[in-house]
Amino acid sequence: MIILIWTIQLILTPVVSPLCIGIIKKVKARLQNRRGASIFQPYKDLWKLLHKDEVISSNASWIFYYAPFIIFAVTIVVGASIPLFAAFLNNTLTGDMLVIVYALAIGAFFLALAGMDTGGAFGGFGSSREMTLSALAEGGLIFSLLTVALISGSTNLFAISSSGVFAQDQHFLSALLALCGFFIVLLAETGRFPYDNPDTHLELTMIHEAIILEYSGKRLALMEWASANKLLIFIALGVNLFFPLGLADNGGVDAILIGMAAFMVKIFICCLIIALIESSMAKFRFFRLPDLLLVSFILNVVALSLIQ
Amino acid sequence: MLEIIASPISFFILLELFLIGAAGSLVLRKNDASANVWSSFFAIAGSLWGLLFASAILISGQALSFVAGTSPFPLLSLAMHIDMLSALFIFIISLIALFCSIYGIGYVKHFYKKYNIGTLGFFYHLFIAGMVLVVTASNGIFFLIAWEIMSVASYFLVVYDRNDENNVKAGFLYLVMTHVGTAFIIAAFLLLYKYTGSFDFEVIKSAVTFIPSSIKNTIFVLSMVGFGVKAGIIPFHIWLPAAHPAAPSHISALMSGVMIKTGVFMMMRLFLDILQPAPVWWGLVVLFVGATSSLLGVLYALTEHDIKRLLAYHSIENIGIILLGLGSALTFSSLGMLPLALLSLVAALFHTVNHAIFKSLLFLSAGSVINQMHTRNMEEYGGLIKYMPHTAFFFLIGSMAISALPPFNGFFSEWLTFQSLFQGIIALDSSARWVFILAAGALAFTGGLALTCFVKAFGATFLARPRSAEVSHAKESSFPLLAAMGALAALSLLFGLFSGPVTLFLETIGKSFSIFQSAPSLLSLPRGHVLTVGSGFASVSGLAFLVLFTVAIFIVVWIIRSAINKKQKIKIGATWDCGTDLTSRMEITATGFARSIVLIFKGVLKPSIQHEIEYHDAETRYMPKSRTVILGVRDVHQAYFYRPLHKVVATLAEQTKNIQSGNINTYISYIFIALLIVLFATL
Amino acid sequence: MFDIFFKILKTPKNTIPILGNDPDQADIVAVGEKIEAKVKRLFRGSLAVRQIDAGSDNACEQELVALSNSFYDIERFGIHFVASPRHADMLLVTGPVARNMGEALRRAYEATPEPKIVVAVGDDAIDGGIFKDSYAVLGGVNSVIPVHYQIPGDPPTPKTILVSLLKILEAVDTAPVTSY
Repeated sequence: MIILIWTIQLILTPVVSPLCIGIIKKVKARLQNRRGASIFQPYKDLWKLLHKDEVISSNASWIFYYAPFIIFAVTIVVGASIPLFAAFLNNTLTGDMLVIVYALAIGAFFLALAGMDTGGAFGGFGSSREMTLSALAEGGLIFSLLTVALISGSTNLFAISSSGVFAQDQHFLSALLALCGFFIVLLAETGRFPYDNPDTHLELTMIHEAIILEYSGKRLALMEWASANKLLIFIALGVNLFFPLGLADNGGVDAILIGMAAFMVKIFICCLIIALIESSMAKFRFFRLPDLLLVSFILNVVALSLIQ
Repeated sequence: MLEIIASPISFFILLELFLIGAAGSLVLRKNDASANVWSSFFAIAGSLWGLLFASAILISGQALSFVAGTSPFPLLSLAMHIDMLSALFIFIISLIALFCSIYGIGYVKHFYKKYNIGTLGFFYHLFIAGMVLVVTASNGIFFLIAWEIMSVASYFLVVYDRNDENNVKAGFLYLVMTHVGTAFIIAAFLLLYKYTGSFDFEVIKSAVTFIPSSIKNTIFVLSMVGFGVKAGIIPFHIWLPAAHPAAPSHISALMSGVMIKTGVFMMMRLFLDILQPAPVWWGLVVLFVGATSSLLGVLYALTEHDIKRLLAYHSIENIGIILLGLGSALTFSSLGMLPLALLSLVAALFHTVNHAIFKSLLFLSAGSVINQMHTRNMEEYGGLIKYMPHTAFFFLIGSMAISALPPFNGFFSEWLTFQSLFQGIIALDSSARWVFILAAGALAFTGGLALTCFVKAFGATFLARPRSAEVSHAKESSFPLLAAMGALAALSLLFGLFSGPVTLFLETIGKSFSIFQSAPSLLSLPRGHVLTVGSGFASVSGLAFLVLFTVAIFIVVWIIRSAINKKQKIKIGATWDCGTDLTSRMEITATGFARSIVLIFKGVLKPSIQHEIEYHDAETRYMPKSRTVILGVRDVHQAYFYRPLHKVVATLAEQTKNIQSGNINTYISYIFIALLIVLFATL
Repeated sequence: MFDIFFKILKTPKNTIPILGNDPDQADIVAVGEKIEAKVKRLFRGSLAVRQIDAGSDNACEQELVALSNSFYDIERFGIHFVASPRHADMLLVTGPVARNMGEALRRAYEATPEPKIVVAVGDDAIDGGIFKDSYAVLGGVNSVIPVHYQIPGDPPTPKTILVSLLKILEAVDTAPVTSY
């Protein structure tokens, strides 16, 4: 039974992540008074891409060839190491918050290198912008996770989600500020508004898209899927660390089913919020983004200092 | 057997090996090849013996104390004291010297016929012997002699490539700065002598209660400055980015990986061992210095496009991280929280070891690249991964290690440093707590910015298309170079995978300090590979991460291969160029990559931009012939710290010159006034 | 911000349904190499279109842009526009291929991975249209790259283009593409 739960934990992230992208696109389409593609459209896109040939630049080195696999594998490992639907799983091996942050940094590292590898005009500055934002977001991310870790008394993510951070009244304000800080970093790391427009066609406004401009076929499918996985990982971290309602306490079938249902509801709400934000604001100018990330960092520092 | 290896005789054999190497190189200086062989053989032999000796001491756990001989001077005694900390540093010195010497076998060949290999070997051996003596000397004056040997030998190594004038200037700056530091150290030792009556470290330690606290604080400031100059903390770092690039690459690796750590070694020895008990503000000052050094070091590294200067600034950043561990250890020990202090000390020691390994790896790889490209300017590299694939791979491993990416070793020492800072945030009260919070913030940003800097360094050097014609002449490095780099890369991975056992071993070294003798341990290693802090506050396992990651990659590759179209083809085409021809000028440059961050931090870095336009017709100034844009970063430390200091000192010197008026009557009046003062003083 | 949302809720739905027996159907012209049925099956659920302007007078571009608005809403059929030819399945080429765009068009074609479909949209793209035999044009897309389908019109209306695309994919009859 425990094997089954761990298998579900392993495959849940890549299976559900295209659905998140589909929900966000559908909600945005509805807000634009369109019908929009079905919420399962990203699955069809990935299936088609896996069946296409590839064209790869002659300037590319092994980093270009292997980066999609490395990045996707990193998101799988991280997705399996965070609480998704069960809080009772005991993962002391890779469930530490710093391991998650730096493992995602491996993905960012290879993504940026892959962007620079083909020597195109767009990939280089896409990598530069991506690394700039990633470097500045790391402070806010580590500190927001640190705040909830100090409230719960452990840096293990499963332990944090077992003890509810909003449950303790004297830490309520800290948890609220940490949530705001975390949400700002979530938008930064997953490349949503106001940092990056994932649907843009203008190369000068691209950050993540500029890097995957040279990819095609199955490698493109892996890159886009890895990006969706990262979105799901951050949403899962946000909802499960701060609002761990419905997470399974034991290995019983009913607890697992409630856990998964609660997980789907929570990510639906989060995707709805992201889509509403994307439909109501414009992308910020690039040099205003560090101010926003610094705001996140300061919110988290204040939250940290309020914990006694 | 263990006792024979861990004995004074063995230590003398170690020193003898290096001295024979030095002497023989000088004798053989007429013949380049034989000098190289002699020098490399004895350096490798000496390093291997040093590893053996240090391991024997570490395993046996017994400290060695002996006197090397009688000295003709009363205050100088050739006393040596090799305890666990010294043995660890001898281990680090020998390890890095071993691989640098193997690298040198092949690298030094490109100095044949240009410079004298014999003198290179001579100073190289003297340098390593000096470093070994520095970490083992137990008498203040003996220590200073060893410190001078180390500094002067490294000066001659820095100016070895003397045809380039910049190297000579860099050497001079290094010589001046290191002697300024030595002056501060001498002042600190003199103060210690005054209040305890001896230069021997053991005697000073037992007599430390006789030193009044104001003098202790003065000694702290003096030694912080003095050893800080050697360690390269901001603002005393200005010699580091000049001197480390000037030296031959295996010397740069030794200097950056090991020599600057001797400053940290003495800081640990003085602050945590000899001068205990210490007030709290010492630890907070060290924390502050560490935080600023790490953040500013990585920001300056981002502005550089000379590959060795970039690596030199990263050394400053990592010394900052080591000082974060040391500062928290000091703070905790002053507040009596000994288990936390032990944890922080272990973090600092682990980062010392790790930095030595991956920084040497990076300098050796950079040296291989510079060897082929004959320039240090990253803007002329590009596409080297096709010509030097193994070097590129080792540089990639070094980059991943220094950016603290799991499962390499850098991640685990930064993880431990973070844990010690987190424990400080939990356990301390308001004022010290804020320093810890800001230090943790500095460390968090440093990690991200270091990653950016190494994406830039690796990407600009090895990826994309060549930016200059020289690249096509580059060849893969020769076997000794690859062997040394490969061994260091493997060590980097191994120290990451076995971080648990290594951390516990370093804890036993930490417990050898007299204040930590009976401190309970916060670290545990359940299941042999899960490093745990506290009783489950935090845990990490490098082995598990690597295994999971490898399994995940295999599963992904297998599923993709089975899910996709079996007849899929990969066509090689041109980079998508929107229909125009792509030149090498359309790629991102190292400067362009980092320009966004430089502009974001422009308050600290003060970037400047200058435009020059040359027109076809100078009068009408209508059609430009060429435009030059010069992007620069203002040297803030020169402008705001060193130049005013220089001006004050120069003004004072000018004023003092007036005493020498040349008039003999004035001189006689000086004698008369001095006589009067002495008469009044004695009455 | 909430004003926008109230306005969105109050605006009536205006997406045009595309029915199987639409009286407005356009005829597609298949030229060149025939696209295999399994390729059409692959692209039926998801098609990535890269639009290339080979010296067009922008009339066709305006109609193509209109395909993404709320009336025609091409995204509901799984068709979306992409920025890079490497991501594309179908190249929609407009314009009579001006002399300077010939090489660029060829490179974009080479950068697109197989299997791909090339559609020439508009009379200009088919054989030069009103610019036919001019010295400044190469004369239709099929003088530079192999074309599979042509959509005539100067410019064709968005509905014509949309129905033609669906007919190319043979998606009009097999899949229900009424409004939902």
